[in-house]
Amino acid sequence: MQLTLWTYEGPPHVGAMRVATGMEGLHYVLHAPQGDTYADLLFTMIERRSKRPPVTYTTFQARDLGGDTAELFKRALLDAAERFKPQAFIVGASCTAELIQDDPGGLAATAGLDVPVVPVELPSYSKKENWGAAETFYQLVRRFAVKAEQRPATCNVLGPTALGFRHRDDVKEVCGLLARLGITVNVVAPMGSTPADLTRLGEASFNVVLYPETAGTAASWMQRNLGQPFTKTVPIGVGATREFIAEVAALAGVDATALLAAEESRLPWYSRSVDSTYLTGKRVFIFGDATHAVAAARVAREELGFEVVGLGTYSREQAREVREAAKALGLEALITDDYLAVEQAIADAHPELVLGTQMERHTAKRLGVACAVISAPVHVQDFPARHSPQMGFEGANVIFDTWVHPLMMGLEEHLIGMFREDFEFNDQAPSHLGHKAAPAPPPVREAPPMVEAVAVLEAPVETRWAPDAEAELKKIPFFVRGKARRNTEAFARMTGVATITVETLYDAKAHYSR
Amino acid sequence: MLDHVPASGCDTRPILRERGQREVFCGLTGIVWMHRKIQDAFFLVVGSRTCAHLLQSAAGVMIFAEPRFATAILDERDLAGLADAQEELDRNVARLLERRPDIKLLFLVGSCPSEVIKLDLHRAAQRLDRRFNGVRVLNYSGSGIETTFTQGEDACLAALVPELPSTDSAQLVIVGALAEVVEDQWRRLYAAMGVTNLAFLPARRAGDMPAVGQGTRYLLAQPFLAETARLLDARGARHIPTLFPLGAEGTTAFLRAGAESMGVGAGRFAEATAAAEARARAALEGPRARLAGKRIFFFPDSQLEVPMARFLTRECGMEAVEIGTPYLHRAHLAAEMPLLPAAATLSEGQDVERQLDRCLAARPDLVVCGLGLANPLEAQGITTKWSIELVFTPVQGYDQAADLASLFARPFARRDMLRV
Repeated sequence: MQLTLWTYEGPPHVGAMRVATGMEGLHYVLHAPQGDTYADLLFTMIERRSKRPPVTYTTFQARDLGGDTAELFKRALLDAAERFKPQAFIVGASCTAELIQDDPGGLAATAGLDVPVVPVELPSYSKKENWGAAETFYQLVRRFAVKAEQRPATCNVLGPTALGFRHRDDVKEVCGLLARLGITVNVVAPMGSTPADLTRLGEASFNVVLYPETAGTAASWMQRNLGQPFTKTVPIGVGATREFIAEVAALAGVDATALLAAEESRLPWYSRSVDSTYLTGKRVFIFGDATHAVAAARVAREELGFEVVGLGTYSREQAREVREAAKALGLEALITDDYLAVEQAIADAHPELVLGTQMERHTAKRLGVACAVISAPVHVQDFPARHSPQMGFEGANVIFDTWVHPLMMGLEEHLIGMFREDFEFNDQAPSHLGHKAAPAPPPVREAPPMVEAVAVLEAPVETRWAPDAEAELKKIPFFVRGKARRNTEAFARMTGVATITVETLYDAKAHYSR
Repeated sequence: MLDHVPASGCDTRPILRERGQREVFCGLTGIVWMHRKIQDAFFLVVGSRTCAHLLQSAAGVMIFAEPRFATAILDERDLAGLADAQEELDRNVARLLERRPDIKLLFLVGSCPSEVIKLDLHRAAQRLDRRFNGVRVLNYSGSGIETTFTQGEDACLAALVPELPSTDSAQLVIVGALAEVVEDQWRRLYAAMGVTNLAFLPARRAGDMPAVGQGTRYLLAQPFLAETARLLDARGARHIPTLFPLGAEGTTAFLRAGAESMGVGAGRFAEATAAAEARARAALEGPRARLAGKRIFFFPDSQLEVPMARFLTRECGMEAVEIGTPYLHRAHLAAEMPLLPAAATLSEGQDVERQLDRCLAARPDLVVCGLGLANPLEAQGITTKWSIELVFTPVQGYDQAADLASLFARPFARRDMLRV
């Protein structure tokens, strides 16, 4: 058993639902107890879909368990076939149905349907949502995709699903880039495709993988079985977008010179303009799915000039990529799905900006740190009405605005460092966000961690702050105060100082400036 | 499978009973409001990642305020018997209570997976109760296979009833989780009638739960408390059948039944409540203007549908097309049923596809339904009111009658305003 207050991913059958709901003409019959239909509202509310997800749940109850739940499943399947007339079905079990072992795949095979049925076996007690989406898409591709004569300079775009973070706009952005390179998009899948479209996948000469979390497995299979190479660069950030353009141009045998020569993103100039100077070395902590976390680390370091002080992911399947990216930044990657471990790591790193998920947004709020969302899981506000991709040149514009906005604006930051006693402008909240100064955030609990995975902190050595030193510390702007406190205490321990005075504070400052 | 069967007893209204896909929440959802109602209680669900995900999705943003609920997620080792479930529970509970020393009452909440593998949470609760001094440990099931949405509250309160202290003195207990403002209003009204031996179940804190016994008369403030009522009866308490306290009419009937059971005369009752009742009726005029003559269709959700329909048809002039409820408790609804419009279809259970067919064919003016159906129906031009809000909003009592009506009026107001 794992004690969980918050989960970064849903169960694997939610991943299967994301694939089915993203597609057209595919219906999912899910063997599940009454109540599991809560998942519908992820799609109808958070993503604001105007149609019900194409999912029929058996919704068995306790009284059914004494009877024939297998018969119940069969009836649900036949009813769905008659009512929805899909091109194909996927069938599977949720966590509870997995325990009663009715074998949806076997039952569907004997139901005598005249449309293809693809069973998806998703181990609910060991795997999670993204794995479920990847496995479902892989099973569908295996079932429907066939080797065909490849058309030159033609690709499939793989990975976007329902409930994906900015998938709607990323697809539009990337397809725009491909069109301008003269590359034809054959099929975009799962999102927007039908089972019939999947049978045409083989006609492309290569695959563009936008989201390795959901399309990695299928793309590898297609490379082996259909002879289609696939892209490895995810075009998030200006540098990655340029590399992606070069990569697809090489795969398609087209010339990318003109597209690369036209400066498409405003990010480079915005980032070089003098108003961005104060962004230099801002300490940023990054957490999310592997793809977005790794991409964000590069943008933060190379394109905005931040210092990355923490990098992690909840995607165990892609942990290796994140470890490599962290190592290149001189960091140890945080691989965990326990939000309390993430919260602790953020508190320890004293960042000035957190780039994370919906969860980190709340952790950052508690700690009084600026934050922007870069990855699922997200809530309704991250399915915006306006065009807001993360990928491509426009995506980089969106990223610049989104990440810089929560930080205190440059002039205000200077004035707050100069004049500490203003009754109106203080360092609790940037005035451009329109809040009155917030009360100081509560300290992070020194409560015992809830999982053993959390590193045991070294026992704190007793260092005392003299009142005047404590008062002096308050004169340091809030976004670097935590780091100053930690550095001073470390310096005091190192030099054997028991009581920190104003002198100790400045000695430490000088020591760490060297 | 559906059949029209005549109901038993004096009420001969036919009821449409259906079985098929049910688009409802499981009882775990009750935790979302119960953990706020009882301020020093913690709810530990023993279940799967689906259970954790459900709570997270249903609780929306609340989850981040260090909620007083969590899920112990079962993994392969637990299922394979490699890990001793009871030991695992002990370990997790110990860690939890270390982290939250302020907790006085811990519920181990069963789920579909824990029920199917027959994990004995009752035994675990008894053992943990002995082990942790000063923390009461109880258990109930909020599984979808056994409970629908608000039945989770019923199961939770039912777990409390055997634990309540005993008293034979005369008192009135109001049962069902209510908004604090509603409790306070009723305390004042009853105090004005001279009724002070009044208690609420659940109380706001674990240590303040009422005692019950032979002298206890109780009112059900909510229609979904079948098991809680059964166990209160077993403790010698007596149920006072009446209307549920929705709308002016319902609130008057409800409060009067309680007052009569405590020996309050009609004159004194009227004196204490007349002004509040008049205020409620006057306040209803505004929303009533929007609602009168509009046709309403209820999908099953919380068991609040029958008293809601009674209030909307009798006090707001609406017409009910279909009143769907997940479960119909005849005895508890005995006073409500005769007041329902004869023309309305009453349905129990659900086959969601057929019900949607009926709904689309009827083209009602307003559909009360869950969040999985609301936007898809809106996209087809049908105005909806999402039903979960009725459980999360103070709607009982005189001073909330107009608020309740306004919840149904607002979608119409919005339709009228929008020009896009």
